[in-house]
Parts: sequence; structure tokens; C-alpha cells
Amino acid sequence: MHLSNLPPEHHHHAPLSDIESRVKKLEALLIEKKLVDPASLDKLVDTYEHKVGPKNGAKVVARAWTDPAFKQALLEDATTAIASLGFAGRQGEHMVCVENTPAVHNMVVCTLCSCYPWPVLGLPPAWYKASSYRARAVSQPRDVLQEFGVGLADDVEIRVWDSTAEIRYLVLPMRPEGSDGLSEELLAQRVTRDSMIGVDVL
Amino acid sequence: MNGAHDLGGKHGFGTIDSSQQENFKHTWEEKVFSLTLACGMLGRWNLDQSRFARERAEPAEYLAGSYYEHWLHGLETLLVENGLVSDEELQSGIVDSRSVVVEAASPERIDEVLSSGGPTLMEEVAPARFSIGDKVVVNADNQQQHTRAPAYVKGKVGEVVSHHGSHIYADEHALSGNKSAAHLYGVRFEPQSLWGESAAERCPVYVDLFEPYLQSLQQHIAALELLVRPVEAGDHHG
Repeated sequence: MHLSNLPPEHHHHAPLSDIESRVKKLEALLIEKKLVDPASLDKLVDTYEHKVGPKNGAKVVARAWTDPAFKQALLEDATTAIASLGFAGRQGEHMVCVENTPAVHNMVVCTLCSCYPWPVLGLPPAWYKASSYRARAVSQPRDVLQEFGVGLADDVEIRVWDSTAEIRYLVLPMRPEGSDGLSEELLAQRVTRDSMIGVDVL
Repeated sequence: MNGAHDLGGKHGFGTIDSSQQENFKHTWEEKVFSLTLACGMLGRWNLDQSRFARERAEPAEYLAGSYYEHWLHGLETLLVENGLVSDEELQSGIVDSRSVVVEAASPERIDEVLSSGGPTLMEEVAPARFSIGDKVVVNADNQQQHTRAPAYVKGKVGEVVSHHGSHIYADEHALSGNKSAAHLYGVRFEPQSLWGESAAERCPVYVDLFEPYLQSLQQHIAALELLVRPVEAGDHHG
């Protein structure tokens, strides 16, 4: 039977690719040398696959939409304001929040690698780390936004934040129209990850 | 380092493929991620050295490789350079007898490190040379070492719009491991400054730059004038 005709659950019987075997060999070596603890490896993946993610950022945004004092604190010292909701740590040590308005739209990139605010957004999506976004966000932001389905009026200033040092950026999107009276929890559900990177408007 | 990783403004990569949503497409990518973080917690190298190890891949290999292939290359490089794994061990997968013993990060330690992170803010050791509103030009050097000044802003003029305090200077941190303090500024570049007169309007780029990368616009103009000074009679060689 040809491999491609096998049902998906049998795919793991396929021979390992070069990169899979290289990684498997490295992992076994590092475990045998006691340089890594297998339980720690599982913990790292579990943390960023299941615990830390854009739901955290959505809570920050929804709070800012409903609590003017929090919003002001967030725009003045995002690290402290975000930490007050319990989100802090690696790749979010120094946070800055930039606010979208009818006149200004913000979007975030890392042209040199993949810097991204982990405690509020989790790990970056593949496109954020790919060459095209890293190359073009700074030089052709309007085209890039169009490709994400975001068309902004010509008179809107698009500010592109290149995360070159250890400052991490969170975009505060504009609150969607027709969301008056929604609870903070329901508002948080309206916030997309992409809107907090600045490639979506709500 | 003026390498293939420095992608801002480069052409030819096509449109954004936003169907690529997942962080990990393959199980091996999860492994590379967790191995890299766990080995980083051994304390033998810092984040800037880790970035530099990824940047040093052959340019053709870097551009053809996927994101976690860069990480794998970087991790193998750091393990070998720091004497934790030998080239032979990497090739064979068999532990040799000269192995060093280092204590692995426990799951409890992982929690601690992830929640505290690695703040880079430092005490100020010298007054800031620039103030908000100053016009600055990024040094147009071509250093081989790690740097966080992207090529597309080098030699370009921008305006200081924020001062983030003093942070660990990434270039020195990658080179020697030493934590030296440098003022860090947010600098706004108008699109015409970066991409020429025909650039699209109203899309400025904000870049965080360390003080050693910058000179004042006046200093820059003075330096340019020296470069193009009229050749004096005695300087002719042909």
C-alpha cells in the first residue's frame, strides 16, 4: 500500500525525515548527558501550547476598553499594568502598549528575528517569523495590511514598530462598533491575536 | 552582523502566507523549541549570543531554512562552542567519555525562569547624550559582530521619540557576555528617509536603538564634509 493512501494515524510509521532524525538524536544525546530533563521539555511545550497565549492579551485589551484608569496606566507603563493582571515574564520584561485611533494605526514586526510579547500573545504565528512579513512590514505596510484584508484610509498614519531591542509591543485595537454594554468577558472574546499585532481591525 | 537574517526592506519574498498560523507545524519543532530554552537555562550563553549563533548560518542555508531549522542550527553551534557536546557526539549520537557534567534545569526551575524572565534594564552609568526631539543618524558601519541596528536604518536620519532608560547593550553582551549599560531610544524614521522620495506617505517606522549606534545629525554632517573635503595638492598620487 502506498504511504499516501494510509489513514493519518498511520503516518508516524513513515520513515523519519532527515531533520526529524537529527532532532531525535540530539534530544536523546542531551537527555543521556543529563543536560536536559525530559519533564522540563514537556513543561516548556505545555506552557506555551496551552497556558500562555493571546487570551491573556485579550484580557488586557478588554480591561483597557472598560476601565479608563487602567487604560491610562497601560499606556504610561504597560509592564506594570499588564503585570497587575498577572501576566509577566520571559519576552515581556519591558512592555510598551501603542493605541490605535481613527488617525493612527500601529503594527508590530521583528525584522531581525522574531521578537514578540510572549506573556500576552504566546508564541508567534508562523507568518510573523517568515521572511515575507519581516521584509515587507517596514517598507510596504499598506500592502501587507491589504493582504490581511485590512484596508485603511490613505490619511491614516500607519506606525510600524520594529522590535529590535528588548522592548515588546502590544497594540491596543479600537473597540469595535456596536459593542456598547458588553461585559469585559464578552469584549475579550472579540479581541483577535492579529488585532494585537496590528494586522487586523475589529 | 550584515547577514541574511537582516530582512527589513528586502524584496522577492512574495506575499504573506497567513494560512501559516500554528506555532509548531511539526513535532520536531516543539522539540527544538523546548531543547533550546532548556539548554539556554544551563546559563552557558545569553539570549544575544543565542541570536548571534542563528545569524551565523550560511546565508543560502538561512534563507532556505525554516524558522526552527535556524534554531536547531543555533543550538548545535552553541552546544559545541561551549564544550557541552562535541562534534563527534552530534554526528554519532553516542556520548563520549570526556563529557562535562552540568545540572539540567528542573521543571520547577523552568517555572521560575519563565515567570521572572530576563529584564535588561540597568542602572544608568552616564547621562543620556540625546533628548526627545533630537535628530539622529544611525552609524553606517558594517560590523561582523552581533548588532541590533538593522541595515535598513544605517546612515538614515530619524527623530528620538522616547528614551527607554539604560539597557544591557546587546552588541557587547553577544561579544563578551558582559552586561554593560547603554541608553536605549525609540527613534522614528519617516518613510522618505528610509525608502526614498517615492515612498508611501504616512507610514513611519519606529526602531529601538542603543546610543552607541547613533550620532547627532550635526555630527553626521560634519563627518560627511570631512569625507568629501577637496583633495589637497600633496594628496595626489597619480
